[in-house]
Amino acid sequence: MSKDFSIVGKSVIREDGFEKITGRAKFADDYKFDGMLFSVMLRVPATHAKINSVDFSAIQNNPSVASIITSQDIPGAKKIGMIKNDQPVFCDEKIVTPGDVLAMIVGEDETELRKLLTKIKVDYTSLPTLTDPKKSLDPDALLIHPEFGSNLIVHHPLRKGNVEKGFAESDEILERVYTTQTIEHAYIEPEAVIAIPLEDGALKVIGSIQNPFTVRRIVASVLNLPNEKVQVVQAQLGGSFGGKDDTMCMLSARAAVAALKLNRSVKIRYTRDESILESYKRHPYILKYKVGFSKIGKINAMKIDLLADGGAYCSMSPFVTWRSVVQATGPYEIENVQTDVRAVYTNNPYTGAMRGFGSPQPIFAQETLMDEIALHIGVTPDEIRRRNGLKLGSVTATGQTLKEHDVNLIPVLNKAVSFTNFAEKWKENKKNQTGLKEYSFDQPIFKDEQFISSEKLIKKGIGLAVSFRGCSLGAEGLDQSSCYISVQPDGKVVMLSGLAENGQGLRMTLLMAAAEELGVTADKIIFLENDTSKIEDSGPTVASRGTIMGAAAAKNAAELLRKQLEKVAREVSKLDETDFISFRENLVFSRKKGMIAKFDDVIKAAFENKVELSAIGRYKSPDVSWDEHTGQGDAYFTYVYGCQVAEVSVNTGTGEVYLNKITAVHDPGTVINRLGAIGQVYGGVTQGAGYGILEEVTNEDGMIRELNFDQYLIPTAKDIDEIKPLFLEGNEKYGAWGAKSLGEPTLELGAAAIANAVCNALGKRFYNLPLNLEEVLLGRKLRPQDLKRGSL
Amino acid sequence: MEIKFVLNGKEVAADISPSIRLLDLLREKFELTGTKEGCGVGECGACTVLMNGKAVNSCLVLAAQVNNSEILTIEGITNGEELHPLQKNFLLNGAVQCGFCSPGMVLSSYALLEENPNPTDEEIKDAIAGNLCRCTGYKQIIDAVKQTAKELKVEVKV
Repeated sequence: MSKDFSIVGKSVIREDGFEKITGRAKFADDYKFDGMLFSVMLRVPATHAKINSVDFSAIQNNPSVASIITSQDIPGAKKIGMIKNDQPVFCDEKIVTPGDVLAMIVGEDETELRKLLTKIKVDYTSLPTLTDPKKSLDPDALLIHPEFGSNLIVHHPLRKGNVEKGFAESDEILERVYTTQTIEHAYIEPEAVIAIPLEDGALKVIGSIQNPFTVRRIVASVLNLPNEKVQVVQAQLGGSFGGKDDTMCMLSARAAVAALKLNRSVKIRYTRDESILESYKRHPYILKYKVGFSKIGKINAMKIDLLADGGAYCSMSPFVTWRSVVQATGPYEIENVQTDVRAVYTNNPYTGAMRGFGSPQPIFAQETLMDEIALHIGVTPDEIRRRNGLKLGSVTATGQTLKEHDVNLIPVLNKAVSFTNFAEKWKENKKNQTGLKEYSFDQPIFKDEQFISSEKLIKKGIGLAVSFRGCSLGAEGLDQSSCYISVQPDGKVVMLSGLAENGQGLRMTLLMAAAEELGVTADKIIFLENDTSKIEDSGPTVASRGTIMGAAAAKNAAELLRKQLEKVAREVSKLDETDFISFRENLVFSRKKGMIAKFDDVIKAAFENKVELSAIGRYKSPDVSWDEHTGQGDAYFTYVYGCQVAEVSVNTGTGEVYLNKITAVHDPGTVINRLGAIGQVYGGVTQGAGYGILEEVTNEDGMIRELNFDQYLIPTAKDIDEIKPLFLEGNEKYGAWGAKSLGEPTLELGAAAIANAVCNALGKRFYNLPLNLEEVLLGRKLRPQDLKRGSL
Repeated sequence: MEIKFVLNGKEVAADISPSIRLLDLLREKFELTGTKEGCGVGECGACTVLMNGKAVNSCLVLAAQVNNSEILTIEGITNGEELHPLQKNFLLNGAVQCGFCSPGMVLSSYALLEENPNPTDEEIKDAIAGNLCRCTGYKQIIDAVKQTAKELKVEVKV
């Protein structure tokens, strides 16, 4: 971009920083109200069970219990869902997964209530369970939700060209099967919400909520109230990553039912164990790829079959798997593609939205497959990608011709490759490759001193992965956003967006976009708290759409306002029609006269002349299209491109993978807040690394084993040595000055790049995530035989 | 039972049930909600406070144990409206995203610098290894601590 920005592109401290770093910022559990009650959940230790009866008599008259809340207390919808209403607020007939809640008890003393839960007698009959998604579609499979007649949640087919013809014309064919694991969002703040009754039967909800408008819709439906009677306010959100959506709708609805029944404020706050038990997870996938290519590595045909375990509820599965079907081939131009993506019900914990949203799974498969093709035909991994990669004018698997946006795949690849000296290191490591130490039960594989000086056991590897990612919602849904901005008579600016701050720094990004366009400094703008009653529904803050949709609306709002102010400035300073006015850093300039006024003076004049001092800016996405039978269409209006290079040290004795350096090259369009953008890269890369080598939620017949951070391991400060973010800002026409998306692309590439690096070190390829010690050393996962462990 | 201790530089007393945790005492009784609960089992470090200068997980300390000791929370780090250099450098380096782990991170870093004013990268990583952060990827936090150590050293010389 050639534009001379005054604030856009700089590193600016976030506007909520002071509150957060002093501990004054209020997260949901920090709110207290007079007479506030707590509510705790009743569950049974079963995965799939018919509830015969619940006997509350032991606690019914207990003075600590203000009320018992069951599905009988729900005035409206008893089942909710993001897409399909299949999730009961309270399960009074049967449970289909261990997180399910039967009822709750409400009172002043939360600790006492938890004790009383054990006195409630639940008579239930355990039912057979279905925990293997491969069996979900068998003709004799039990049905998780018999009313739907099938365990199929969704099937997305895609047909382009003729794959059989493509395979027939290929010199070589590879067929591979990959698996990816279930993982937990692991936001550090567990869920919390307070429902507060207002006058006239209305209700306010304050909580750790990612998408206030979604919560409003669902709470209103459960209470059988019109939307305007439900006001949803987002507390400071202690991390979400896609995770505080369905779960928070559910918790908000439950708290709201109790609050209206008792006419008192009701808080629900989860412990970490409850959070992991009930909240949804990232979909585990089984991915089958068949690829046909020529001697020079040109891919002719790709046949892809993906199976996603949706768990017990539909949640966002149809949209998550839709992104998979669009992006499953990776960023390559392939003439013949046949893809089928299915999501199915099981009794496992349900799965839904998580940062990445259906992309990390196919990227792991398809990007490690690309490396295999490179090895087959004898070229370096970067070269095979150059030969097949999308360029301007390429046609994607969905039949979309890439035009009218910056197709930066090869530029990001080249930048990453040259910055890391990739090809040379890759060849050198390949030359030094050795396998793992032989392991047997009778003989220790190495002696103590080898542990102490393990240098000889360490092998270096380097690997890369590339991706393209559709920005915002695409053909998944309505795509628009709003921003309100107004100037007070003293020159202070207030703004409000329909998109939510999830901790990522979105408010600062929007604020900077408005400041740039209005020509004021960032400290002049105050961001108002997100509130569903005060701004239009701008859709959810998901799909890395905050910047592309939100900043564009903020810029538009500021532009409308600035045009009003220009007229005032022109009149006050008596400028002629041909003069050009600009606003910059709280001053107003004329091309002919130089500085003509302070921003505040123009505001004063505007106020006195009764000129409108507020504006609502909107941004709506360009049109997209989709044919659900053929999987063809212009799926997204623009894309971003990324390349990450992982450099690792693999201990051939223990299987440990240490991450020395991850270089992340991304094309986010124009960077607005550099500090925030770099933060997205560091954070996303680290989450991607967790997905690649550490994290896994496992279950024993549906029961999660890792219910807290002592078992579920996420990366700490010691797990990655160096992360290098590099931006290729390009020249995009969409969004505010071409600012696109960054949050999710940073996460989706890590696991694939690391797996390729480990293969470069060992000469052994891995098909199953995560690449933890046992996967690398033994080629399989070790599972405890039962839930008992240690002294328990 | 009755306990007395020094909380953020002031002598305080509280009548407590022997079974409550220091975390509950701080959040419920003293309304110091800057100390957060993330896991309740001493793994995430969001509830980190300083007890007699050492970083502890306040979810693993019984309130009764703090009798006659000194407790410092995030609220005691800030001097009125003036940020401690660590806090300022956290903001400058982008070490705060959602902010839920930030108070604990600051306190672990504070304890480190009190004990070791000139830490290496590895020593910084060790000091905050017990504080989980899901947003930042830690790099900015490590940079903020390094920068603070440098600044405080310069100050001492002056």
